[in-house]
Amino acid sequence: MTVRVVSSGPHAHSMFSVTQTMAMVAVCLAPATGLGFYQFGWPAILLFLVTIFSAVAFEAVCLIVAQRPVARFLLDGSAVLTGWILAMTLPPWAPWWVGTVGAFIAIVIGKQVYGGIGQNMFNPAMVARAMLLISLPVQMTVWVLPDPLGAAGAPDLWQSLAITFGGGGDVDAVSSASTLGFVSAQLGGGLPLDQIMAQTFSIRDLFYGHVPGSLGETSAALILAGGCLLIAMRIITWHIPVAVLGAAAALSGALHWADPASFPSPLWHLTSGALMLCAFFIATDYVTSPVSARGQLIYGAGTGALIVIIRTWGSFPEGAAFAVLLMNACTPLIDTYTRPRIFGRDRKGKPLEIAKGARP
Amino acid sequence: MKLFSLSSLRRGADMFSIRGGIHPETNKYLSAKSPIEKMPMPSIIRVPLQQHIGAEAVPLVKRDDLVLKGQLIGKARGPISANVHAPTSGRVIAVGHFTAPHPSGLPVATITIRPDGEDRWGPHLPRLRPEDADPKDIAQRVMEAGIVGMGGATFPAAVKLNLRERYPLHTLIINAAECEPYLTCDDRLLRERAEEVADGIWIMAKALGVEKVIVAIESNKPDAIEAMRRHILAAGPNARVMRVPTLYPMGSEKHLVQTVTGLETPARALTAELGVVVHNAATAHAVHKAVRYGEPLISRVLTVSGHGIKRPANIEVLIGTPVSEIIDHCGGLEGEPERILLGGPMMGLPIQSLRVPVIKGTNGILALQKTESRQKAAMPCIRCGGCIKVCPCGLMPMEMHARIRNDDLDGAVDIGLLDCIACGSCSFNCPSNIQLVQGFNYAKGRLAFKQSQKHQQEETKRLADARNIRQEAIAEAKRQAMAKRKAEMAERKKAEAAAASGAAPETPKEAAE
Amino acid sequence: MIEAIATMSALGVGLGIVLGVAARKFHVETPPIVDEIEAALPGTNCGQCGFAGCHAAAEAVADGSAVATVCPPGGREVALKLVEIAGPSCHAGGADLAGQEDAGPMAAFIFEDHCTGCTKCYKRCPTDAIIGAAKQIHSVIFDACIGCDACVEVCPTEAIIMRSKPRTLRNWYWPKPEEHFEPAA
Repeated sequence: MTVRVVSSGPHAHSMFSVTQTMAMVAVCLAPATGLGFYQFGWPAILLFLVTIFSAVAFEAVCLIVAQRPVARFLLDGSAVLTGWILAMTLPPWAPWWVGTVGAFIAIVIGKQVYGGIGQNMFNPAMVARAMLLISLPVQMTVWVLPDPLGAAGAPDLWQSLAITFGGGGDVDAVSSASTLGFVSAQLGGGLPLDQIMAQTFSIRDLFYGHVPGSLGETSAALILAGGCLLIAMRIITWHIPVAVLGAAAALSGALHWADPASFPSPLWHLTSGALMLCAFFIATDYVTSPVSARGQLIYGAGTGALIVIIRTWGSFPEGAAFAVLLMNACTPLIDTYTRPRIFGRDRKGKPLEIAKGARP
Repeated sequence: MKLFSLSSLRRGADMFSIRGGIHPETNKYLSAKSPIEKMPMPSIIRVPLQQHIGAEAVPLVKRDDLVLKGQLIGKARGPISANVHAPTSGRVIAVGHFTAPHPSGLPVATITIRPDGEDRWGPHLPRLRPEDADPKDIAQRVMEAGIVGMGGATFPAAVKLNLRERYPLHTLIINAAECEPYLTCDDRLLRERAEEVADGIWIMAKALGVEKVIVAIESNKPDAIEAMRRHILAAGPNARVMRVPTLYPMGSEKHLVQTVTGLETPARALTAELGVVVHNAATAHAVHKAVRYGEPLISRVLTVSGHGIKRPANIEVLIGTPVSEIIDHCGGLEGEPERILLGGPMMGLPIQSLRVPVIKGTNGILALQKTESRQKAAMPCIRCGGCIKVCPCGLMPMEMHARIRNDDLDGAVDIGLLDCIACGSCSFNCPSNIQLVQGFNYAKGRLAFKQSQKHQQEETKRLADARNIRQEAIAEAKRQAMAKRKAEMAERKKAEAAAASGAAPETPKEAAE
Repeated sequence: MIEAIATMSALGVGLGIVLGVAARKFHVETPPIVDEIEAALPGTNCGQCGFAGCHAAAEAVADGSAVATVCPPGGREVALKLVEIAGPSCHAGGADLAGQEDAGPMAAFIFEDHCTGCTKCYKRCPTDAIIGAAKQIHSVIFDACIGCDACVEVCPTEAIIMRSKPRTLRNWYWPKPEEHFEPAA
């Protein structure tokens, strides 16, 4: 008779697989990315494609070097997703090599050096972002005002090729500071907050995303929608996003309540910068976040609080990347101390006592 | 800290929730509509002497003996063991070893019977009126009938009925959850023979001396709940049917106890220590037959299902019927199934050969196609935590697996390997298709093996020491004998010398070595 | 300048004395590992290692004249334990340790057709694992046999061979799951 599979049970499996998970995350990222494409035009699309292509290419090279089955590992979609998230955090008109260098840092240094998928301690996209931010302060802080695709002043495809690949081109980009950078700089200059706020974008603009900023981070609304979809599809649980946003809101709320003149409102914090993207898509990275629900709450709260702290007192206007990396480093510790209670044992691992009055 | 969960809102007020669990496709529709049918007499019957947890039974028959239906052919050995009876009349054609219904395909002591087709009953076990029988006598009868837990664990049922002597018991839970996908045999049994099952429950409750009886049935079996509710009075005035949520692994003994009573069984303890005993519904049916009619456990109802079976069905078969004949009775295999299992898809065991017999604990024969098992090559763990979320025991399967992978078995034990019930929820949910449960089974087996090796090494050391002591004693005895003899010789020589003084001295004989 | 040198020297001398005293006072006698090694060995004195009994073998391992794989009946388990106790100095190299795994535990098997009942093996067996009497066919108790080969050597009719111990349902366990994504070592 034919040789049949003889392996231990279970002999059934859920539909859930790594590739599908990654695909679902990509679907949920799509609305915010789409808005980024629309607002920032062809240069953003080109940068996005270059970043993802580089990420996949670096992944393939590493897999070949590590002698792992290339096709099977590429199909899991993790490299695409890392590239995608990295691209979303880049300035939309950055030159192509920023994306490529970022992809190299993310995939090679941030992930494959540790042993590939599942082994990295830090979120690869955030490692890349932090390193780019420190080593390329100029390229990483050139922001442009939204200029919708097809609008009069927007660059066409040829001009965009020049912007992305040719080192600037002859297009006069309407450069601008990001909201966070602007407020941070002005606060540093000693202006009272209400004056600064009057000069910059309203919270409504921040929420819908019609502001300068990173390629995919501008619209809090679309990211929120994608994140809720992610929770609804059970790709992630509510714990990390709620903890991140809750802690950020609570800390900034307390500061704002104490001194409204120098600390912006929590709503402003929630809608600006990378906080929303971080809460739903970056901090929730499976590999680098704690695995138990309690651990995730602690991790999320730490991330949210650190973001506000770095924004308020740090030397960088945005702290999402650093906050995530710091909490990533705490993940093994959190995991060790938040093990679930084993059935029939107390938290310390001792068998439960049989209560004298066990009768119901 | 227990986190709030939405599912607690949906739960009935009289029930308690368990941690984790999964919702696999049940696929019970394949066989749920087929009434229990009786399998025609098989051409050969192979009865393994080890169909239960514990010691192997001792064969009581020889080759060429004629046996009658219900005749005792294997006697229980030791306190945890079970009797084995001839399922039909016929001639014993072999008492030896045959492939076990087990994934290893290793041999097990087996009695092979060629049925004569007459199905003649031998003497039944003597009648027992449970109404005025002593609990001890009921347990004794259950022991004589060779009844074991028929949900798959195959623990001798009489041992569990005797727990009354050691613990104060108050509740008997009848496990009819049947949480394993595909299986419908308990469902059909309750629908068609509810009265008999209820009577068996009543007998067991009497033997245990409990005041409360709860029949737990998963909510996806409304007909069984309905049928059982109709006949529940036969199980005693304090018996009731409880509809438990459809959630795997609801049928796990300790988790069922928690759902029904809210009591959490301490690790490495028995549910009896909390005063609760759990028996399977099919076991209750077997007890009914053994006590009321004196019939030992020689047949059982099982489900033949899966998309690899032409005609899924619920069949009553004789213990020892070859799997191949049962599959042929169900129209044969559909195409080339990827795997054939004994038991359910979550915890069932794959078999290599179809010639193996079914045993007392076999509740299903499944032929699964590749599309059903969905097994793929394993990928690295991405730490998604899916295994932790579904683990009903609160373990961290991914971490245990990582330790086992690096041969740190003791490290895995430290974080709860031995509390794992191998339910398979983690492997089911793993997006990377990692064979977590096989890793745990490997580690548990390896640890047990090492333990037994260590024990064996100590034993051989003891044997060697005993041998050394013995040899020294022998050598010592020899030395003493020699010294004694030398002294005697010297004595004699002196005497001889004295007697024949002046004669040439004789060479004394060398003492034989 | 001189003051500084003096202070530093005084400090150094003082601390040195403290350390020296402490080293003598709290000196821990390194436990003799011979006993520990002997405890790890099977203790059957079968002689297969070439030494006169397990104690001699333990001494040899301790002073480094024997390697961790000295004990064939002990197999891989004992070898690993010896490496753990005696340190890597007695390590025979990973390849040798790995090679031992394949053999698995062995046990003697007597071909009944060839056995003359001479009782030589029976007398030689260090664990009394062979049962029988003069002029009767002997047989081996598998559980007590340590596979030391002593009986094979003394059998005049070559009726004894070593076979790997049979796997039974009681000692069978699932193999370690394979993960196919790592490159072949």
